[in-house]
Amino acid sequence: MSSHTESMTKRSLIATIADEDSVTGLLLAGVGQVSTEVGKETNFLTVIPEKTTVEQIEEAFDRFTSTRDDIAILLINQHLADLIRFKVDSYTNAFPAILEIPSKDHPYDPSKDSILKKVRRLFGE
Amino acid sequence: MSGAGNREQVFPTRMTLGLMKGKLKGAQQGHSLLKRKSEALTQRFRDITQRIDDAKKKMGRVMQIAAFSLAEVQYATGDNIGYQVQESVQKARFQVKTKQENVSGVYLPTFESHINEEINDFKFTGLGRGGQQVQKAKSVYTRAVETLVELASLQTAFIILDEVIKVTNRRVNAIEHVIIPRTENTISYINSELDELDREEFYRLKKVQEKKQEAVAAAELEEKEKRDAEAEKLALSESKDNSKPKTEEEIQKAVEKLDLKAQGEDDSDMLKENEDDVIF
Repeated sequence: MSSHTESMTKRSLIATIADEDSVTGLLLAGVGQVSTEVGKETNFLTVIPEKTTVEQIEEAFDRFTSTRDDIAILLINQHLADLIRFKVDSYTNAFPAILEIPSKDHPYDPSKDSILKKVRRLFGE
Repeated sequence: MSGAGNREQVFPTRMTLGLMKGKLKGAQQGHSLLKRKSEALTQRFRDITQRIDDAKKKMGRVMQIAAFSLAEVQYATGDNIGYQVQESVQKARFQVKTKQENVSGVYLPTFESHINEEINDFKFTGLGRGGQQVQKAKSVYTRAVETLVELASLQTAFIILDEVIKVTNRRVNAIEHVIIPRTENTISYINSELDELDREEFYRLKKVQEKKQEAVAAAELEEKEKRDAEAEKLALSESKDNSKPKTEEEIQKAVEKLDLKAQGEDDSDMLKENEDDVIF
């Protein structure tokens, strides 16, 4: 339990995988962190349609969830989570917590959310 | 019960019986405790799911407002605001702190928003135009992220509780359906074996007693026979010694004695009668 606690207290950042507008807004709120450390350059990935590939999103997802140990919450646009749905759904760790957020162009659909899907499955709806 | 197949491999002794009884009691107690724990956690879990549902709905609204305020910023400052913002990011102003909360022995982490006011990476953003809109968007997004953080802690609690409840229920079921029946089977097995031993012992004792009695009877019989034999021997030797000279005399004597006796008896009878007469 103590190692668990230790790894938890180290996590303090909020990572983002989102489109440009969402990233801008979240950065305005002050979640962004840029450093010169290798592997920890930025804690956000701006996904530009037609330019950013699914592989890049996957790579960023893996980096934020497994490689980096200072991320507490990962915010990801729901339409981007849909692109790597299998990864998001099979992710079961408590840390970092993955949160699917709506984007400006894509309204939020609760039926796609991996957590809400679990909730619904548990209560047999 | 599922028969003799499902039991522990033990020697059926009284000591193991005591051990098994203790184990059964422990298992029952553990079962009730775990069941209560599971119930408490499930209650908490339902509460959290309800809150997640609400928070997700709230998140939709909040993000909509935030997106609108960002649109205002873009309208006021021009198109390159996104690029400007991304370039001027240095250090995270908005961080989270993790705290732990104990629910029935389970540590649930909760995130807390922590804003460091000293850090401001966007001093010059919107300096030319739309500074007010930028400030507004900042505060709106800060509130939105706070909502997201809240939701994230609920979600983390949800995932952890889900796992813990599964484990607890698995334990409860294992105790209820495997350990308790097996211990009960073992106890009944030991009891039956001990009963069997008791019966065996009883039968053995009975048999021993029977044998003893037989032996005593045989010894008595032997003794009696011995005594008889001795007596016969004695009588035989006596009769051998003075059988011839005595016989006739003896017979005569016996006859006389008998006669005398008979007479005496007659006399006494007569006397009795006389006495009766006298009285009446």
